[in-house]
Amino acid sequence: MKPPLFSYHDPRNPAEVIGLLTSLDNAKLLAGGQSLMPMLAMRYVLPDHVIDLNRVDGLSYIRTKDGAIEIGAMTRQRDLEFSALVRERCPLMHEAIGHVGHRQTRNRGTLGGSLCHLDPAAELVAVAAALDATLSVVGGNGARTIAFTDFPAGYMTPALAADEFLTGASFPLWSQRHGYGFVEFSRRHGDFAIVAAAALLEEDGAGKVTRASLTLGGLGPAPVRAREVERALLGETIEDKRLREVCASLRKLDAVDDIHAPASYRQHLAAVLSRRALLKAHERIVARTC
Amino acid sequence: MSETRTITVTVNGARHEKTVPVRLTLADFLRQKLGLTGTHLGCEHGVCGACTVLFDGRSARACLMLAAQADGHDVMTVEGLAPGGGDKLHPLQQAFRDHHGLQCGFCTPGILLTLLELLRDNPNPTERDIRVGLSGNLCRCTGYHNIVVAALDAAKVLDDRRQTTDDGTGKLS
Repeated sequence: MKPPLFSYHDPRNPAEVIGLLTSLDNAKLLAGGQSLMPMLAMRYVLPDHVIDLNRVDGLSYIRTKDGAIEIGAMTRQRDLEFSALVRERCPLMHEAIGHVGHRQTRNRGTLGGSLCHLDPAAELVAVAAALDATLSVVGGNGARTIAFTDFPAGYMTPALAADEFLTGASFPLWSQRHGYGFVEFSRRHGDFAIVAAAALLEEDGAGKVTRASLTLGGLGPAPVRAREVERALLGETIEDKRLREVCASLRKLDAVDDIHAPASYRQHLAAVLSRRALLKAHERIVARTC
Repeated sequence: MSETRTITVTVNGARHEKTVPVRLTLADFLRQKLGLTGTHLGCEHGVCGACTVLFDGRSARACLMLAAQADGHDVMTVEGLAPGGGDKLHPLQQAFRDHHGLQCGFCTPGILLTLLELLRDNPNPTERDIRVGLSGNLCRCTGYHNIVVAALDAAKVLDDRRQTTDDGTGKLS
């Protein structure tokens, strides 16, 4: 028995969760358990209370509303993977999910767990940044929304108060004709990315870029949007040589050194993977209009 | 004093009511409280896949779940694979035997249950489908070749059987 001693709570509705979060000290929320359970086994975390969200009603759904896909925090990654709605209207997420762990972990792992764990190289975190997701949270002072840009408060630290928890996230839809590309480099299939690039493009009838989103995960404590590249691409026609020029600037982004790769290698990957992701997005627009 | 819970879990079709410490993992529950030691524990932190079981029909790592979370749920372990629990082997087990897919056998239970779900979802997998599907199961004998061969053979046997005895339920055994 490797986990430390804790008290276990399995509330049935959000109000009970808030009640527990308000009254208990040193509590951890348990979603899919694919990160927290290993952390408990290795005793990286020593909570006095574990609040299990798996029996809370109403936190698992995938639906469209007001030009966005709304997804409940406890929606399993497997359900995102097999959702026709996600595949058709939010294909970037569909492509990214294929890189998230393995079948066994996606069957349990949740969207909300991944977003709140906030691993800098997590694919779903990069997707939330790429799509400018809005997060819904509830707590002792009621409900509020947080733009994803404001969500990472630091390394693996979401900007949530102690009595708040994530209930869902809203991902704005791009036009039916947009292109997308998610590419990453990792040591083994299913590992966290060393660097991941997520690209979204819209082009006019003449093939000129009218809207662009480019996100890099794995470089620093949270995903970064490559705003300069996004601006530089507007009005351009996507082709390999021009992308090489534009993406070269990404070699100057701040990046971390760690046991997996030095900063310079991450910067190299940022440029290379961004170009590949943007090309993929462009090729998909072309394939759709042919 | 360790906090406990009384839980009722259906494992391989049999209901069990037990009082367990809340920090007990599902894997330890199966092995220590039910004596089902077919579920192997390698890393105990969700990397190796040896402890894979089916939880409500979906593969899951039993070391990454608490026994308390299984209260009211359905679990299948490798002991539930052979029909009738007798001498007959499930086609997956037979294929592993025929093709020397077992090797040391430690990772085998997790691989069998992972493949059971994979072949149910995808009755005609390619070699790549199987390799990707098994990417979450580590074999330290490093002999994936025979495992993949056995999986492809089992897929064929199960698909042939499905076509001759299709009762429309999609059940494998």
